[in-house]
Amino acid sequence: MPEMAKELLGKKDIERILSRIAHEIIEKNKGTEDLCLIGIQRGGVHIARRLSQKIRAIENAEIPVGSLDISLYRDDLGMRKEHPVVRKTDIPCDVTDKRVVLVDDVIFTGRSIRAAMDALMDFGRPAQIQLAVLIDRGHRELPIRPDYTGKNIPTSGVESIEVQFEEDGMEDKVLIQAMG
Amino acid sequence: MPKDLVGIKELSKRDIGQVLDTASSFKDVLRRDIKKVPALRGKTVVNLFFEPSTRTKTSFELAEKRLSTDVLNFSVPTSSVVKGESLFDTIKTIEAYGVDFIVIRHASSGVPHFIAENVNASVINAGDGTNEHPTQALLDAFSIIEKKGTLEGLNVAIVGDIAHSRVAKSNIYLLSKFNARIRLIGPPTLIPCMEDYGVEVFYDMDEGLRGADIVMMLRIQMERQGRSFFPSTQEYFKYWGLDMKRLGLARKDALVMHPGPMNRGIEISSQAADSPQSVILDQVTNGIAVRMAVMYLLTGGEKQ
Repeated sequence: MPEMAKELLGKKDIERILSRIAHEIIEKNKGTEDLCLIGIQRGGVHIARRLSQKIRAIENAEIPVGSLDISLYRDDLGMRKEHPVVRKTDIPCDVTDKRVVLVDDVIFTGRSIRAAMDALMDFGRPAQIQLAVLIDRGHRELPIRPDYTGKNIPTSGVESIEVQFEEDGMEDKVLIQAMG
Repeated sequence: MPKDLVGIKELSKRDIGQVLDTASSFKDVLRRDIKKVPALRGKTVVNLFFEPSTRTKTSFELAEKRLSTDVLNFSVPTSSVVKGESLFDTIKTIEAYGVDFIVIRHASSGVPHFIAENVNASVINAGDGTNEHPTQALLDAFSIIEKKGTLEGLNVAIVGDIAHSRVAKSNIYLLSKFNARIRLIGPPTLIPCMEDYGVEVFYDMDEGLRGADIVMMLRIQMERQGRSFFPSTQEYFKYWGLDMKRLGLARKDALVMHPGPMNRGIEISSQAADSPQSVILDQVTNGIAVRMAVMYLLTGGEKQ
């Protein structure tokens, strides 16, 4: 990790934020009926799983959790230096008529969410799509706004946000750093 | 990945691994209700088949359509090639249409390499003469890994007309990169010299099949055999055809493979082709996923 990196959120902060978002999801949807959480690969998948555990603890209800890879729906294929690795997409339920909460770790330009919505629509016709993110770092290029936001972190264009997860063998942490 | 896929010989182990990993994601796409993804929207592909093909062409076309490309089919009997146009002019004309991919099959070895050097589009070899058929070897590798988990250390018997088979060549190149143990089985007239790739040669099929993990049958290519390499098809089946008795010599869980189209009763019996050990139809399905992966990987990233 370069020395410029600064910790914005630690394990406890992330824990509290996700507890709050879990409550908000239940409140907004008046329970958990027809609810489905779908995490965007990769960070979003970890967060979606944790949210479902929290919702289970609060409501004693099992929420289906899926993962979505958006590589094939991106609008910048061929513009990037590195080709995105196509990861697993696993949608555990029929999304038609479900209330789907898309989950991502960081929202930036909004283009990933656009791609995710297109990908999701190919699996069915959800009754509603909501969006939950851990970090909103601003700089939107599309008219997309999360329904549930963990923390707003205004960033400059030369800064980057890194979210680390225990699931990947690291300590839960959100870091900000100047791009090298 | 390089710009083109002209042969397995030219690919690194890492590139091959990347194709196989990506293909498994595309196989998931093929199981969905909507089997089409927008990944290559706006790209144009021309399928340039100078030799008859139904399977490979259909498989490529499906892969192209499922990636949302625009597809042009150009086959010889209807083209200006019959009016005497040179290959170079045909290719330059096609390039002027602004295509992104050229999928080419040709009876002469080396044609895809020649085209790749002369165009900016990505060239994919769909079979050149007796040289290579790289996407077939990739889909065979994918099908083996799907069932066996690895290629490393497997005993792979390749049986039949190896001399005329581009499928066999590409498979030998690929399998040797992954340290599989390759056995070539067939009549001496149909086995080329490939010692550089660490192959073992068997003229006796029973001996060659013993303990094999994979039995890869090849089609007898009558159209490429200008002369007789064996006395009759009956005699060929007697010595080098796969029936259930012979299959019993291989491992109990050995897989039976064939690139198609099959000559039932010449190189393989119906019972062997349709047995539970046969993955011949899996190969067909996997071919689409592997070809999607190849095209996806060739479009993106930095060109070497």
